[in-house]
Amino acid sequence: MGKYVIKRLCMALVTIFFVTCLTFLLMNAVPGSPWLSEKTPSEATLAALNAKYGLDQPVPVQLLKYLQNLLHGDFGVSLKMQKNRDVLSIILEMFPVSAKVGAIALCWAVLVGVPLGCLAAFKRGRLTDSFLRVVCTLGISMPSFVVASILLVVFAGGIQALKIFPTLFDPSQGWKTYVLPCFALGFYPMCYTARQTRSAMLDSLNQEYIKTARAKGLKNGRIIFKHALRNALIPVITYLGPQVAFTLCGGFVVESVFSIPGLGRYFVQSIQNRDYPVIMGTTIFLASFIILMNMAVDILYKIADPRINLTKGGE
Amino acid sequence: MRKGKKILSAALASAMALSLAACSSGTAEETTTAAAETTAAAEETTAASEEETTAAAAEGEGFNLAVCLASEPQTIDPALNSAVDGAIMINHMFEGLVKWVDNGEGAAELAPGQAESWEKTVNDDGTVTYTVTLRDGIKWSDGQPVTAGDFEYSWKRLASPETAADYCYMIDMVKGYAEVSTGEADPDTLAITAVDDKTLEIVLTYDCPYFEEIMAFPATFPVRQDIVEGNEEWTYDPATYIGNGQYRMTEWSHNAYILTEKNPEYYDYENLGPDTIRYTLLDDDNAILAAYNSGELQFIESLPTDEVANYLASGELQIVDYIGTYYVCFNTEDEIFSDPRIRKAFSLVIDRNYIVEQVTQTGQVPASGFVPYGVYDAEGSSGDDFRTVGGDYYSVAAEDYEANCEEARQLLAEAGYPDGEGFPAVDYLYNTGDEHKSIAEALQNMWQTELGVTVNLNNQDWNVFLQTRKDGDYQIARNGWIADYNDPCSFLDMWYTDGGNNDAQYSNPEYDALIDAAKATSVQSERMEAFHQAEDILMGQDSVHAPIYFYTQKYMLDDSVSGMYYTPLGYFFFGYTSQQ
Repeated sequence: MGKYVIKRLCMALVTIFFVTCLTFLLMNAVPGSPWLSEKTPSEATLAALNAKYGLDQPVPVQLLKYLQNLLHGDFGVSLKMQKNRDVLSIILEMFPVSAKVGAIALCWAVLVGVPLGCLAAFKRGRLTDSFLRVVCTLGISMPSFVVASILLVVFAGGIQALKIFPTLFDPSQGWKTYVLPCFALGFYPMCYTARQTRSAMLDSLNQEYIKTARAKGLKNGRIIFKHALRNALIPVITYLGPQVAFTLCGGFVVESVFSIPGLGRYFVQSIQNRDYPVIMGTTIFLASFIILMNMAVDILYKIADPRINLTKGGE
Repeated sequence: MRKGKKILSAALASAMALSLAACSSGTAEETTTAAAETTAAAEETTAASEEETTAAAAEGEGFNLAVCLASEPQTIDPALNSAVDGAIMINHMFEGLVKWVDNGEGAAELAPGQAESWEKTVNDDGTVTYTVTLRDGIKWSDGQPVTAGDFEYSWKRLASPETAADYCYMIDMVKGYAEVSTGEADPDTLAITAVDDKTLEIVLTYDCPYFEEIMAFPATFPVRQDIVEGNEEWTYDPATYIGNGQYRMTEWSHNAYILTEKNPEYYDYENLGPDTIRYTLLDDDNAILAAYNSGELQFIESLPTDEVANYLASGELQIVDYIGTYYVCFNTEDEIFSDPRIRKAFSLVIDRNYIVEQVTQTGQVPASGFVPYGVYDAEGSSGDDFRTVGGDYYSVAAEDYEANCEEARQLLAEAGYPDGEGFPAVDYLYNTGDEHKSIAEALQNMWQTELGVTVNLNNQDWNVFLQTRKDGDYQIARNGWIADYNDPCSFLDMWYTDGGNNDAQYSNPEYDALIDAAKATSVQSERMEAFHQAEDILMGQDSVHAPIYFYTQKYMLDDSVSGMYYTPLGYFFFGYTSQQ
């Protein structure tokens, strides 16, 4: 296990190295520059700006310098969006905001989605199952900005009597401010999880060992939660791994609608602004996080199903 | 190979460990300083509230104004800022030699700010010396006195190429600027000197008629050398964001809000309005409007386009002048658009009334020239403005539209394309956005129906668009220009050959000569005469571009708030507002 983790970590470092180089080159290949605006500064000012931030060097030299700084933990400073501010401190400030909303959203998605999936599987073909199917299909097919907009209109001022939650994201207002964005962000994963659980559950309920369990005379609840669920969880975990990374790093759409100062929105804006160090910093951060999450999932497999062998390709 | 891989991974692993170590030690340090600063800030707050029992330490009781100008400002460093939202905040937290005050009708006019008075003397060699005496009792928000030396430092910092400020050229009339800005001379050679703590001497190369306005321009506001030097991040921390203005920053929650409170060190503290001003940082128009309607914001500048007509009709949405022009720019180096007759034909068939009434719908004024209404002519604020004196270059009256189209068709025929026959398909470029798209489609339709020419629409992402347009890699492109100071020079000198914002790639020696002539004289009537002649060439003779409308500024202010004032440069002032 330990050896496996070390191997994965080394591979992760190599991946991050390639992600860094590729992003750096691609980003410089896109037309535009951070200094452009409706009023373009004079040539002399442009030259001074490029010199100040090292953009006057050839791209390979810039890349080498960037990598060198990166090894010292220096992500550079923002060129435009928060001029001269350290990129790492921007990320460390925004990530927790995204992560908190994302974590709450995922928690409720899993805590509600998995039991609902079990319920639907257990009541297969009955009214409850049909009802849950309609809800889940809706949730999967509806883009999150639609969910967010509906919530905003209904619960945040559109209908005065129902104005329960604040329109703007403001952590000082406590739990109330998290309700709508977390619901909007978690609705899709909840529905998806429920569906996944349902089909995986049905699959495992038909397995021989469940029949054995029934033959032994075990109670239904025990069969479902102790025997069937454990197997049914594998596809759910597979789905949740990358989803954790994406959700925690911020859903761009939901962050825009609720004006949440999170990393997801900032990442997209940094590309539009050609704020090179911010693009690099957020990309590296997100890539590392996704890689780590995938690794965590592989390890979780092992816990869910001890037969899975991580080291030797499952011999 | 395998071994190589192992070595590589070992190297990378150790590198990561190193970087992690570097990170964590950095964070630890930061945390300590942050903690220390918090304590310091807390102490300050206690001290302040002991001093001034009326000062609201945080948002609480009293008058707390919440406004939304835009999202997170790119910078609130006076020298580096080039955006209007940043300028508004800086106007509240800093003060220049001259300031904007209310003329009693909600319009801003210039008045002495940190300066008490100034004297202007014309020297024998044509240069002009301003001797400025500073006001008594002016202080920074940390209690230290504001000195003439602070201004000297700040202006030299603005001009220095090391600062790389977008707006460094705002002080290009100061003697020595040309050499300093290119790096040929040391910033210290800039002709601004603190004679003593209270007296500042500035030498200008010519008698710049709008110099008082320059002294009120945010880029020229003073900053403190001991704070700014060696700390590029000074604007991000309330403890180091030391200003000399009406308000001071108490908290900045990034991408959420900037909270400011009355600055007890400000000389007119007693008369200030809101106890706190909170700049809520938002960029989603729907969210902004929703927050205004729910009472979370008292002032907003933007709302979704499709809501504008409703709020305009109900009288809640206010429209004020804004010195800027939305126009269509032709590439004068393009094979087809190098012919001024074709450019003029394309300009004449634009139904500007249709665009402002049916498309944009926010009270914009159809443009009949490049320099908009509200820009001073020779008589300054008391006389007719530049546009009124200059007149129209084509009629924008609805009843003249048919005649304009007729003239356009004749011009196109003269250029060799009767009824648009044989005219190749041309491209119109705009940046992705709903309003620009609607305007582009309207234009396409007008050109098609009235001239019989095919125009294809292309849109690009904002940054790519700017690059393409700047490189002159287009045929027709949308464009817009907002003035930095109230003078026709701000609109006309950009069309000088090889000017940085000369997106039309326009070059006409006759035009350049007139701009040079205007800049060479300080006699207002001669200057304006030259500018009018220049605009005659630009618009009347060469039709370099087709102005569509003059911008307006829209805003909504809660009924309970009064006393706000505004300049057509886009600056709103909240410092003396009151609430019923």
